[in-house]
Amino acid sequence: MAVNPELQGRVFPPTAPYLVGREKIREFSRAVLSTNPINLDVDAARAAGHADLVAPTTFPVVVQEATLAQLLAEPDAGIDFSRVVHGEQRFTYTRAIVAGDELTATLTVSSVKSLGGHNMVTADSDIVDANGKHVVTAISTLVVRGDED
Amino acid sequence: MVDYSSLTKGDVVAEENFHLTRDNLVRYAGASGDFNPIHYRDDVAVYVGLPGVLAHGMLTMGLAVQPVSNWVGDPARIVDYQVRFTRPVLVDGATGADVTITATVGALEDETKIARIDLTAKFNDETVLGKAQVRVNLA
Repeated sequence: MAVNPELQGRVFPPTAPYLVGREKIREFSRAVLSTNPINLDVDAARAAGHADLVAPTTFPVVVQEATLAQLLAEPDAGIDFSRVVHGEQRFTYTRAIVAGDELTATLTVSSVKSLGGHNMVTADSDIVDANGKHVVTAISTLVVRGDED
Repeated sequence: MVDYSSLTKGDVVAEENFHLTRDNLVRYAGASGDFNPIHYRDDVAVYVGLPGVLAHGMLTMGLAVQPVSNWVGDPARIVDYQVRFTRPVLVDGATGADVTITATVGALEDETKIARIDLTAKFNDETVLGKAQVRVNLA
């Protein structure tokens, strides 16, 4: 089954707000082997001018998960999860994520391409704070392997 | 704080080896919510045609930027980070895996004082990330 080319341009409903907890930032920081005190120590984060712990650069993947679940569950998407490989990932920040942020993500399928029997789907998750201000965009390119493999 | 004016294209700003074990993969699965069993079950990995259990690409991406985070001091100065996943990191149940990160100044944007730091991530002498670029605001 091929990926539906009409997915390109589709915008999904915003996800439920995600409250960024201080201990979640610590847990994620340890998981990515961070030793940076600004990820782990509230005093160090405040001394650097932040309201609370700063999340590691790749933390938005936790928030993005809900948007990718929307995409994979879309009935007409034609994306067979067992054939999906993560091809590329990018995070583009307006400001860092800090503990206490309430984040909402909106997914847009920015591109669907066919390449050598595979499909490449690029999904942009725009993540905003409780005031609706942009925080970060997480961009994932998923490679959906063709049937002949 | 890193002094922007002290940087030259090609400077190696950080280099670090990360030793990964299966424990790290389980920890990352829990922290990230990515419970794909190819990252902790040999039988499932082999069943889907892989040579063995792999590290999450996002774990490799997440650790690869840590030397840059430590070099710049404040992780909030990292304004953009992208990678391509080009090869898997196989994590042996007994011996684990070593991933070595080298961070080099790739480009300097004088108007904004943003430095582009290029990462090389090596496992078994082969690169596992492509176009791994971190943009750091040093203004």
